[in-house]
Amino acid sequence: MVKVALIGAGKMGISHLAILGGHPDVEIVGVSDTSHLVLDVLKKFSSYPCYTDFEEMLRKANPDAVFVAVPTRFHSKIVKRVLQAKKHVFSEKPLCLTNQEGKELVELASEQAVVNQVGYHNKFIGTFQEVKKIIAGGYLGQIQHFTGESYGPVVIREKQDNWRSDPSEGGGCLLDYASHVIDLINHIVGPVSKVRGSIIKSLYSRHVEDSVTSLLELSTDVTGVLSVNWSDETYRKMATSLTIIGSKGKIISDANELKVYFKTSACPADYTKGWNVKYVTDLTDPVDFYLRGEEYSAQVDYFIRAVQGRVPNSINNFKSAWYTDKVISMIKESINQ
Amino acid sequence: MERILFGDNQFFAVNHISDEKSRSQSIKFKNDHAIIRTLDYAIEAGINTFMCTTHDRIASICDYIRANPAKYGGFKIYPCMPYAHKYANAVTELGIVGTLKEYVPGNMFGSFLKGGMAYFSKDYLAIMELLVDAEMKMFKGIETPVIFLQNVITDMLLGLGMKDVLKAFQEYVQKKYHAEAGFITMNMPKLIHTLQQVGIHEPIICTSINKLGFRMSGGRELYEATLENTTARVIAMQVLAAGAIPPKEAIEYVANLKNVESILFGASSKVNIEETVSFINKYDQLQQVEVPVS
Repeated sequence: MVKVALIGAGKMGISHLAILGGHPDVEIVGVSDTSHLVLDVLKKFSSYPCYTDFEEMLRKANPDAVFVAVPTRFHSKIVKRVLQAKKHVFSEKPLCLTNQEGKELVELASEQAVVNQVGYHNKFIGTFQEVKKIIAGGYLGQIQHFTGESYGPVVIREKQDNWRSDPSEGGGCLLDYASHVIDLINHIVGPVSKVRGSIIKSLYSRHVEDSVTSLLELSTDVTGVLSVNWSDETYRKMATSLTIIGSKGKIISDANELKVYFKTSACPADYTKGWNVKYVTDLTDPVDFYLRGEEYSAQVDYFIRAVQGRVPNSINNFKSAWYTDKVISMIKESINQ
Repeated sequence: MERILFGDNQFFAVNHISDEKSRSQSIKFKNDHAIIRTLDYAIEAGINTFMCTTHDRIASICDYIRANPAKYGGFKIYPCMPYAHKYANAVTELGIVGTLKEYVPGNMFGSFLKGGMAYFSKDYLAIMELLVDAEMKMFKGIETPVIFLQNVITDMLLGLGMKDVLKAFQEYVQKKYHAEAGFITMNMPKLIHTLQQVGIHEPIICTSINKLGFRMSGGRELYEATLENTTARVIAMQVLAAGAIPPKEAIEYVANLKNVESILFGASSKVNIEETVSFINKYDQLQQVEVPVS
């Protein structure tokens, strides 16, 4: 059994905790949060040892691995302490607010030789995994253009009252919705090397941006568009999609459906020349415990298996997340220029 | 429970395999009239139970049902609560405390805070009851013999080991609404086992069951083995695996499973509703014919 502790029992923390609670190889040894309300509910209805001080939890509970799901501003300090205690660590995205903080965490994780992962769950969605395979196999030829999009209804009125509406805490849709899309672009078509310009807008928020549009350039001289808006109430929940055009075809994919066009019959097995449609139902491996989507359980399971030494620590490690942080800072520097 | 239940996903842009289909459904069912017309098709096809979320728009559908008692005599609704995305988005925007402030009715939450944490901490279940009452308001005067907890909440409580809250929900809907509690889940075998531990031995469980094993956590074989031996009353949903299995094949599989008391499905068109109902009736009849007479 892997002994796991959680720091930060907010929306994502509670979700991780429930998935970990249903995991056959995990024993939850502690939960820490600064909110008395949340801790009181856990104390009353769950069997997990609760702490208000995470340092005390690290000493007393002595976990093998720690999930960190606190507001982004605290990632640097808390993840660093967890690494110094030589614990494997899963941190929520994005990794850090500055490149320097992220760099320190990447280096420390490497020195301590512990498993490190960040919660970019899209990489565990069957359709996006299939897109990666098709691109990596060269079936789309030379990539020419891409669009990465994400829309959803997070801030749809002028009223906010938490850390997500505070830029100093890591609020705003750039660090939230957009980071997922940037991370997917880095993973699937290659790292972004340059940002040619960006426009951000506050639509309902007072202090943070609700939409981001950027022109991105990859190291392979491929260009594309990032378009994100978390104030779009026509979506029931977050919807992320990629369109990639290559010399041999085109892919349009979201989390549910993959549409791919091949110009010739030189395409992967199970595909034919012209349009092909695949659904997530064809591309999803079942999970042992389901909550909110297979990808959330799959990423937790992958981390636990990495801690057990059964899989490499190669998906969503700190290094890849740090590169996504770097693109976010490039976007910030290019705003309204 | 009736053998066939009609679901509401198609009305509210819930489609598990295509955002495009979600959008076109959203457009098709923009007006309440379109929803009511489709419900009427279901009733014409012999279905008298509508299982639906507590989406805001259901309130207007309920108004229409109340206003036409002759037309909807004997019609039942199984509410499924909470409408999870409303709360999920609110927690993202407002935080947990902010969400409670927003949705707990009246000044109750404020007075809890004023009363201090010691008093407040004794009454989490009272907050749950207030939230249930808030969600149930729209169904006043309509028969709601089963009230469901949505899968995101059921499975979160299941993962957190909060089985007393599941029990409290069951007791509250029984006491206040004289209804049976139902639990929607994506983790049927584990949930049945957990509910038994708190003395719920014949729970109503609504869960994905399909030939593809889609959203059947732990695998199809485990579900089949659990169904063989369970005392739970099971409603099969996602029987078509979001359209990945042809209807005839999908229904044949699920209709032959032991202890599946009801089949839940949603459809947008009259033809699809009639087709699915006729498949269920056909395989049920075949099943009856094949049962040996002792």
